[in-house]
Amino acid sequence: MAHTFTYPRDVKTVYYFGTCLVDMSFPQAGMAGIHLLRRAGVEVVFPQEQSCCGQPAYNSGFLEEARAVARAQIKAFSRADWPIVVPSGSCAGMMRHHYPEMFANDPEYFDVRKFSERIFELGDFLHNALHVRYEDKGKPVKVTWHSSCHAMREMGATAAAKALIGQLSNVELVEIEREYECCGFGGTFSIKQPEISAAMVADKIEDIRATGASAILSGDCGCLMNIGGAMEHKGVPVAPRHLAEFIWERING
Amino acid sequence: MGSQHLDFTANVTEALADRQLRANFKSALTGLMKKRVAVLPDAAERERMRDDAEAAKRKALAKLPELLERLERKCTENGIIVHWAETTAEANEIILGIMRSHDATKLVKGKSMVSEEMHLNHFLETHGMEALETDLGEFIIQLNHEPPSHIIVPAVHKNRQQVGRIFADNLEGIPYTDVVEELNAIARKTLREKFRTGHVGLSGVNFAVAETGTLVLVENEGNGRMCTTVPPVHVAVMGLEKVVESLSDLPPLLRLLTASATGQLVTTYVNCITSPRKDGERDGPKEIHLVILDNGRSRMLADAQLRRTLQCIRCGTCLNHCPVYIRIGGHAYGSVYPGPIGKILTPQIDGLADKGVLATASSLCNACEEVCPVRIPIPGIIRRMRTEAYDEKGDGVVKGHGAKKNLLETLVWKGWELTYRIPALNRFVVSMLGRFGDKLPNVGPLKAWTSVRTAPRFAPKSLHQLAKEEGIRHE
Repeated sequence: MAHTFTYPRDVKTVYYFGTCLVDMSFPQAGMAGIHLLRRAGVEVVFPQEQSCCGQPAYNSGFLEEARAVARAQIKAFSRADWPIVVPSGSCAGMMRHHYPEMFANDPEYFDVRKFSERIFELGDFLHNALHVRYEDKGKPVKVTWHSSCHAMREMGATAAAKALIGQLSNVELVEIEREYECCGFGGTFSIKQPEISAAMVADKIEDIRATGASAILSGDCGCLMNIGGAMEHKGVPVAPRHLAEFIWERING
Repeated sequence: MGSQHLDFTANVTEALADRQLRANFKSALTGLMKKRVAVLPDAAERERMRDDAEAAKRKALAKLPELLERLERKCTENGIIVHWAETTAEANEIILGIMRSHDATKLVKGKSMVSEEMHLNHFLETHGMEALETDLGEFIIQLNHEPPSHIIVPAVHKNRQQVGRIFADNLEGIPYTDVVEELNAIARKTLREKFRTGHVGLSGVNFAVAETGTLVLVENEGNGRMCTTVPPVHVAVMGLEKVVESLSDLPPLLRLLTASATGQLVTTYVNCITSPRKDGERDGPKEIHLVILDNGRSRMLADAQLRRTLQCIRCGTCLNHCPVYIRIGGHAYGSVYPGPIGKILTPQIDGLADKGVLATASSLCNACEEVCPVRIPIPGIIRRMRTEAYDEKGDGVVKGHGAKKNLLETLVWKGWELTYRIPALNRFVVSMLGRFGDKLPNVGPLKAWTSVRTAPRFAPKSLHQLAKEEGIRHE
């Protein structure tokens, strides 16, 4: 899949798509993303009719339900053609790459494609479209990074995330072994194949522990819920943090 | 051959509990991943080759009937006898017939996944014939009465100590050793005698070139060349997707096949077989047969998305890169083709009723798609298998479509749709979860989740609420 996106210039206003998981379980991470965008001088618009990108149904074999929910999102972001920024590589990948696939044989295909081309992952957008600069006000800390599979393979957002972390002078980033490997979440995969998923997240935790980092950062709350939940269950003292929330805290001291 | 019942969950439990097995897979596959990158170091060059390889296969599939006819014509001109088999049963009967017509009882086999798909060895044994695997990995697992666990390295689940034990237990007069060179020498000595006394040699086909009627076979051990040249009769078997148009299509395909499969620039042997022994020639088989198998492939060809399954060149690199395969190994899939390609190929061949479960064993991480030398959109076709398994709209085409349709899941997803389509309902559900989410009963999906994780937490205030309270513009 192509990761070479055309980034908009002189951005004044963006839409924000918060994602269902952030809405329910990680709203502080969602707000941190909004704060980072506003700090970069951009007005943020959050349509209240938004909900979920539709990926859970799409990946589970329920295409019609996924399409119905996708249509509702496209409508919620249709009043202006501002970029749509998403604090999740996975949901962004769904809206960027899979919406056009879902509507490939429908009359609205070209409208859907126009919508999809407005989708950006938050870290990628901050770095490559807004060229943000951060000054670290936090204490020295060692962290590690986990890319969601779709942030990495569909949105090509890993380098941008690391570049942002690299701006934080007191943060040491230790890369994890097998960084390319899935944490085992995979949405309904984790409950359809719980044993395989458990084996994957157990290995991921061992690799995280081996870095000696005190926090595991990611741009995706799905992975963080999986990895964080498994670490808590096992008593591994590493904090799962969304990149946006982590940066927002560091630059505010 | 899809009738055998697959208890995937039991297989997974067993595989995950086998620490030796997991260690063997992790070590072997990590090695193969590194070797692949080492021979394809330039990413831009690699992507260009993938473009060319994909284009060659897609071009061939776009005119497959025509190319197959041309292949048959050219092969026949060259003296190769072509047979068509719609089912594996037909293919088995053809091979049995060839053996009987030569009063042959011993078949020496080079590595062929299609022959595994046909369960040829078992079929021949029930008809009093001997079928001997001569690929080292296949030889090892045949001695141990096991199916292959990987399509390129069939004994990858065994380490050298285990191989030494299998040899000592199954070969007469062989003491235990775990020295790799000694193990190779034992296999070589045993197999040489078999090549010499085999009546018919069998091989697979990596690429069949329509333009020239050439059967291309890559291998490293020389056993393929022995099987195709020493016995008086050579039988090649191939799936009908193996045909390519011309010799000029081969370079990117060969280069990527060997790089992706074993991390080699080129294999030790690249056999190009175009005709049997001609008058005055001193070696080669006197007779060559080519058996072309359908077994569900033309059904895949008929659908634009499913057709892409047929681009596969059986390099096995999707297995090596799959986080699921690495952990459960090949046998757990209970199928000839394991791993990512197996998750899309097996349900299409054996049907969704028996093998649809394989498509659930993917986190859709896209690692397979990222490395596939011919760019098969495996995750997309896995999704298609899932969609076909429920077949909501009743327009499914895969064998066994709709096999998993059930009221409970249909209702759950209908409820999900309403919750995320209707903003007022969404607000209500999210606020209820914020208030009572920590009191959800620990059953069903939540129970599966919490076996190794703490339960998900629900925030008292949603992002919708926080954004509104902070005065974020909402149009």
